[in-house]
Amino acid sequence: MNVILIAVIVLGVVGLVSAVVLFLASKKFAVWEDPRIQQVSEVLPQANCGGCGYPGCSGFASACVKAAESGSLSDLNCAPGGQAVMEQVAGILGLKASAAAPKVAVVRCQGTCDVRPHGVEFDGVHSCKIQNMTGMGETQCLYGCLGEGDCAAACLFGAIKVNPATRIAEVDESKCTGCGSCAKSCPRGIIELIPQGPKNRKVVVLCNNKDKGALATKECKVSCIGCGKCVKVCDKFEAITLGTNLAHIDPDKCKMCRKCEEACPRGAIKAFNFPPRKPKTETAPVASAAAPKAEAPVAKAPVASKPEAPVVKEAPAPVAPVVEKKVETPKDNETAV
Amino acid sequence: MKTFRIGGVHPAENKLSAGSPIREAALPKQAIFSMFQHIGAPAKPVVKKGDVVKVGTLLGEAGGFVSAPIYSSVSGKVSKVDVALDASDTRRMAVYVDVEGDEWEESIDRTPDLVRLEDRPDLDAQTIVEKIKQAGIVGMGGATFPCHVKLCPPPGQKAECVIINAVECEPYLTSDHSLMLEKADEILVGVSLIMKAVSVDRAYIGIENNKPDAIKLMQEKAKAYPQIEIVPLKVQYPQGGEKQLIDAVIGRQVPAPPAIPISVGAVVQNVGTAFAIYEAVMKNKPLISRIITVTGKSVKNPSNLLARLGTPFSQLIEECGGLPADTGKIIGGGPMMGKALISLDIPMTKGSSGLLIMNEKEARRTAPEPCIRCAKCVSACPMGLEPYLLAKISSQYMWEEAEKEDIVSCIECGSCAFTCPSHRPLLDNIRLGKSTVMGIIRERAAKK
Amino acid sequence: MSNRLIVSLSPHVHSGDSIQKNMYGVCLALVPALVASLYFFGLGAAVVLLTSIVSCVFFEWAIAKFILRRERTTIMDGSAILTGILLGFNMPSNLPVWIIIIGALVAIGVGKMTFGGLGQNPFNPALVGRVFLLISFPAQMTTWPVSGSVEYLDAQTGATPLALMKWAIQSGDVSVLKDLPSSVDMLVGVHGGSLGEVSAILLLIGCLFMIVRKIITWHIPVSILGTVALLSGILHMANPVYADPISVLCSGGLMLGACFMATDYVTSPMVPKGQIIYGVAIGALTVVIRNWGAYPEGMSFAILIMNAFTPLINTYCKPRRFGEVIRKEAKK
Repeated sequence: MNVILIAVIVLGVVGLVSAVVLFLASKKFAVWEDPRIQQVSEVLPQANCGGCGYPGCSGFASACVKAAESGSLSDLNCAPGGQAVMEQVAGILGLKASAAAPKVAVVRCQGTCDVRPHGVEFDGVHSCKIQNMTGMGETQCLYGCLGEGDCAAACLFGAIKVNPATRIAEVDESKCTGCGSCAKSCPRGIIELIPQGPKNRKVVVLCNNKDKGALATKECKVSCIGCGKCVKVCDKFEAITLGTNLAHIDPDKCKMCRKCEEACPRGAIKAFNFPPRKPKTETAPVASAAAPKAEAPVAKAPVASKPEAPVVKEAPAPVAPVVEKKVETPKDNETAV
Repeated sequence: MKTFRIGGVHPAENKLSAGSPIREAALPKQAIFSMFQHIGAPAKPVVKKGDVVKVGTLLGEAGGFVSAPIYSSVSGKVSKVDVALDASDTRRMAVYVDVEGDEWEESIDRTPDLVRLEDRPDLDAQTIVEKIKQAGIVGMGGATFPCHVKLCPPPGQKAECVIINAVECEPYLTSDHSLMLEKADEILVGVSLIMKAVSVDRAYIGIENNKPDAIKLMQEKAKAYPQIEIVPLKVQYPQGGEKQLIDAVIGRQVPAPPAIPISVGAVVQNVGTAFAIYEAVMKNKPLISRIITVTGKSVKNPSNLLARLGTPFSQLIEECGGLPADTGKIIGGGPMMGKALISLDIPMTKGSSGLLIMNEKEARRTAPEPCIRCAKCVSACPMGLEPYLLAKISSQYMWEEAEKEDIVSCIECGSCAFTCPSHRPLLDNIRLGKSTVMGIIRERAAKK
Repeated sequence: MSNRLIVSLSPHVHSGDSIQKNMYGVCLALVPALVASLYFFGLGAAVVLLTSIVSCVFFEWAIAKFILRRERTTIMDGSAILTGILLGFNMPSNLPVWIIIIGALVAIGVGKMTFGGLGQNPFNPALVGRVFLLISFPAQMTTWPVSGSVEYLDAQTGATPLALMKWAIQSGDVSVLKDLPSSVDMLVGVHGGSLGEVSAILLLIGCLFMIVRKIITWHIPVSILGTVALLSGILHMANPVYADPISVLCSGGLMLGACFMATDYVTSPMVPKGQIIYGVAIGALTVVIRNWGAYPEGMSFAILIMNAFTPLINTYCKPRRFGEVIRKEAKK
């Protein structure tokens, strides 16, 4: 009896002292946090991708609460969560979410092994950033994809991968949240975030080469040479501008007419997720008149393969039998290389 | 025997071309002059297509204070001003000259007579620095830092001594060695000019003791110059690093950046630079040629060539018996810090101290194995860093930690990767970390 | 030029050093002691060592191949062989084969491969194996054959110097220490104990070989041996119940531990300053455990305890940076 009593008293006293210490400590070291931060945090995807520019989701949440004091959330956007999450966040903070078009990443390079030969061999750490420090890298193009997969390592959603056959990074649009981690990780700034577009359709210049035409031609068979033909066919909408020997399509102005895709003599412009063209409407006279020779390189490029369904992912390996023929050519080339 | 105090390694020396006399290389058919032959702002081309140039004609003017002009080393016609592949393995602005004959600007004194400092009492410090600046002289050891900048100490700092880097700690390279054997007198006059330019009365020439003939000759010749001391040094890489050399010769350690050698009172110049200064000041000859070691185990005839800048490397190899069949890697510079080149059409520049051909077996790296934490990189690092840690945190993009671990102090000498028993690519990762952290620091400074 | 040029970042040359060279270098340094143990313990030593090496290599291979499913196994790098030798050296020569195999499994499986294999383990694998056996099979692990007893299982056993020292302290009877072998016998190894614990002088020769070949630096062995010599010297002078420093240094696994176990690359600190702290702490802990602990031998525990502190030491002990002296002076 005595033993039990002593044990109870001792434990009780220890517990009491600890409780007092804990109580005092919690008072002394308490840090007040806006409860809304926790609430906002809860609706965020918790991917901690950093696409918003803040250190993780909790960082973004506190930024949101801070921004709420100034009355606007317009500078903030959670790309993986999209509009739905931003509306929820705005609801918690008693604000209105500004409409932000969901974005998706595109790799602006089509320089596969067969169109852009790897002249030297890089022997070192498999990192684009490190290969980029050697200067040119393995190919002759100073602007193209290095293919070591820094973007794939940066992507938290498994949406971007380097195709081992082409050694070019490819985006899986169904998984891409448009957070932009890959774009930040690319030492050559090849990856661009563009609006998803209606029915996921978009037209993009898939090249980043800023060299002059003659040099760009030598470096890669599907490079943009800055000839300006696309700018001319787009004179109605003025969506295409020519930078340093490089065309760029402004997605906000683009009307998806796909004229530029046909006009490009290098096959550097690609339309994503459009239904296959009917043979009837194919503007054969235009293509042959503008550049009779142009068709060959366009056909050779594996990216020229057109998906058969209206909303298809940017599938690396097309399955339609019609397409297979076109893809075969580069595959043969590859084994020859 | 003196040497630096922290770390260091001793790679196999392989000085295949040691003792072979300097040969003059033939003129190229076309010379390409990159406008990026130095650290700092690029030179601005001042010629255009069709211009006729002579040896010594200005092609590009300095693009700022930390920059250097570029002169034609051949005579002929400018065929184009366009981008060209250069020794950095990227395409940058350059002037192409099609060579015709060998006509020199008349202002250049081409006589071989030695002009001593006593013969030219008119020279004062300012004139010397101005002449060096005009001649486009840069650090010839490979760093290519514009020479005149180092000779103009920032206000409040005073040079106490001049240290001449004749260490040549890179394996294979012998260009400085051969230069000392053949141009000892000129070098000593050049050193006196540097001393006068920074108004100090003490100079040391540090030479590693694997060049006993050069040490002996220089000591002999330096008897006439009581202010110049020849310091034999124990063979140890990277003794040719500026900071390591100062530590080895005068026993002072330059603190971490932003401190520079002048902070401890030292002005360091390469022995090749001293020779170029002699030619620029005494002979009025701008920097248009340099000694380059063309070497490699499979190269038939490893030699030291006196070649005009702008000569394509392919021609230099032809002079030494042609490109070996088993070539795996071509390196501009030495094997420890040189840059692997992607093409032989690249022209030589002011910083090309060597051209090293490696066969495929030597060229390929061994596959890395896990780090066994043997600490050999730590004891090899001449800057007292922990390479294993820096490489690890850099590969995980932990830039803040990398900055705390003094990654910017790294001199990229490669001792860590050289010594690693697991063949880990330590320096690849550290370089990535260093350049990123330096970018972050610059950004921060710009914000302030 | 038939192939493509290779491009990589500098340096383009390598010293030619490799993991194999280092590991086999340590193995070579252990050969004199190994020969001595075969001479002193004959068949028993051969059986124990062979079983230990073969099972260590086997477990490394099997775990890498079937559990971790690695394409390349690392058995050829010599680290498993080294673990095998060191584990064998830590066992008495009359240990049954099945216990040795369990020890090897724990050493390689638990001590090394669980953490990801070579370079990842926080504790010295051989010591993990040994301590596991010591705790699980105390009777078998602490009955040592006397020197010269060359049979395997039915070898003649006897008290080791360490047991005598412990007994002297516990009983407070100095005369017990008279039974200790002479200093010369201790150095050469004519006394009972585990395989690798006998010949101090041959282990020292191996250690010197490693220092000359630059496989290890002097910091760890010297700081351990120095600390133990100093502390036991003080104790001996204060009270002769405690054995004299030379007997302490030459007995038990001290030499083996100081030269070969504590210097293990993976589990020891990286910087000389840290290595000295680590060595001094091991030495002090060893003396404390030997004299006042429950076990007669404290080396393995001391090393394992300090292994746990290695990351902490690495965090706080930084090498002297170039120019640091001047930086400090400038601040003043």
